Amino acid sequence: MMTRPDIVLHRIGRIGIYAALLAASAFYLLPVYVLVVTSLKPYAEANLTQMWSLPSAASLESFQRAYEQLRPHFRNSFYLAIPATLLSALLGSVNGYILSKWRFRGSEILFPLLLFGMFIPYQSILIPLVQVLQQVNTVAQAAGVPAAWQPLVPGYGSIAGLAFVHIVYGIPITTLIFRNYYATIPNELVEAAKIDGAGLFSIYRLVVLPLSMPAFAVVMIWQFTSIWNEFLFAVILTQNPAIRPVTVALYNLAGSYIVEWNVQMAGALLAAMPTLLVYIFLGRFFMRGLLAGALKG
Amino acid sequence: MRHISWDRIFSILVILPSALAIAVFVYGFIGWSGWVSLSNWDGLRPDLSWAGFGNYAKLFATPRFQIDIRNTVVFTVSFLTLCILIGLGLAILLDQRVRGENLFRALFLFPMAISFIVTGVTWRWLLAPGDPAAGRLTGINVLLDGLNLPLSRWYTDPTVLYIQPTSELGQFLGRVGLGFLATPTFGIPVAMFSIVIAATWQMSGYVMAMYLAGLRGIPDELREAARVDGADEWQVYRHIVFPLLRPITLSVVIILGHISLKIFDLVAAMSKKGPGFATDVPAYFMFETTFQGDHYAQGASIAIFLLISVSLLVIPYLVYSTRREAEL
Repeated sequence: MMTRPDIVLHRIGRIGIYAALLAASAFYLLPVYVLVVTSLKPYAEANLTQMWSLPSAASLESFQRAYEQLRPHFRNSFYLAIPATLLSALLGSVNGYILSKWRFRGSEILFPLLLFGMFIPYQSILIPLVQVLQQVNTVAQAAGVPAAWQPLVPGYGSIAGLAFVHIVYGIPITTLIFRNYYATIPNELVEAAKIDGAGLFSIYRLVVLPLSMPAFAVVMIWQFTSIWNEFLFAVILTQNPAIRPVTVALYNLAGSYIVEWNVQMAGALLAAMPTLLVYIFLGRFFMRGLLAGALKG
Repeated sequence: MRHISWDRIFSILVILPSALAIAVFVYGFIGWSGWVSLSNWDGLRPDLSWAGFGNYAKLFATPRFQIDIRNTVVFTVSFLTLCILIGLGLAILLDQRVRGENLFRALFLFPMAISFIVTGVTWRWLLAPGDPAAGRLTGINVLLDGLNLPLSRWYTDPTVLYIQPTSELGQFLGRVGLGFLATPTFGIPVAMFSIVIAATWQMSGYVMAMYLAGLRGIPDELREAARVDGADEWQVYRHIVFPLLRPITLSVVIILGHISLKIFDLVAAMSKKGPGFATDVPAYFMFETTFQGDHYAQGASIAIFLLISVSLLVIPYLVYSTRREAEL
């Protein structure tokens, strides 16, 4: 039983908790307010001194202008992120299956060696990466790849090349998430299928894959978000402006002094939209991916 | 029996492409970068002739690189401290059976879904200082001025706080042979805190989520038992909860630490190298040196430095978690 002073203290405590949570919410929402307010302003009102005031009338002009400039890059980002996400999820799934259900001598050494790949600063592989991808182009040219097929050559300065890079450097995280997920599938299930005469591939297809959908959701959301948001590979590997993904386009848009703030803010909001929508509608899986990124969480 | 051994072969064949890809694209390329860093390659044409460790000697003697190391230390320490304090604080608050917990959690975590480029562009606009000396204020400074709080020049501030050699402490350090500590090389660049604020905005919700998962993993009976034994709330946290959260703190330090050591996107989008390199970091220096200046060997030496600093943090952790898993 709480005595009267205890109840008063308890109430004050509760008010304090909510006050602190609301203050924190204000901090996280502050940039959103400025983004939305600025991007709804016409050019005449979008200057730094009036940034906190509401627009006199909401105008979608900034969004239109930002969209005009970013539209081809949105398309590039989708061409990049969707195939790369699908392929790296598939790769992660079979890798995770082998490392969890078909361990072999050396697999417990192989796994941490794979994992290290997700922590490295990519600067330490960029110089050879650029050289190798340029070499791929030279080889493709020498082999006489027809012009129509060239966008599919995973070389330097192509979306296919950038997608290939994301798939390769996505192997560690996707393998990790699938392996940890498959560890929760009882080995008895696999053993029983073996006794029934099923082999490696049919066990994957008939037993493991049907149970994998939650892990696919987590991995695909994780990969889509990271590839969409990625900047370093994108800025180094896409010298040709036509194939730049949206992060690089936004970076250039914001870096030019002739582009007004309202257009920059509208562009930032547009560039964030796809991953924000994923977060809003599939947040549960996004959370799990985040915590899986923390290894054992 | 024969059936099983075929599957053995298949299993290795399935994992082989990935293993080879990592062997080449991670380990092979690291080796290659290491070689470039020891070469004479300076300019567009590759030149892999042996130069020895000269590039590293030159790098550590470069003032910009010394500043970068200082900036990285200041950034990493303040970013980690802020994220852990805010993340743990919010997790504890949300763990008090609050109404609207899901909404709050979603709000604190949404910046994680956004690109560092978007964050950088937005915070550059928010923290644009205007010209406080001329009375023309912009961004956050308008709010601060309205609340009568001190203004800042944010990421445009070239100020470096350091122990003045003429001060009493500075003179003392000089006398005991530690005079080098009273120089800007061991100072704190004020502009770096703008980057810290933006990075904390983006990542502290993630830390909150990790701590909240940790708090939810602590059985209620443990806390209840301590309360029955007469512990007050503070003692419950001090002696039961915080020790049990230690593994989470370790994960947070590793994950945020490796991100902050190699931070690049946010700095590039927000302030680039900053006034007097006040917001420069090794990753940005590497980018300029290699891909804008074509000094490949020098750039590779910065990259290898980055790799070594991240490895010192991550490898012990990987070894530790692999061992722990093997014991289970």
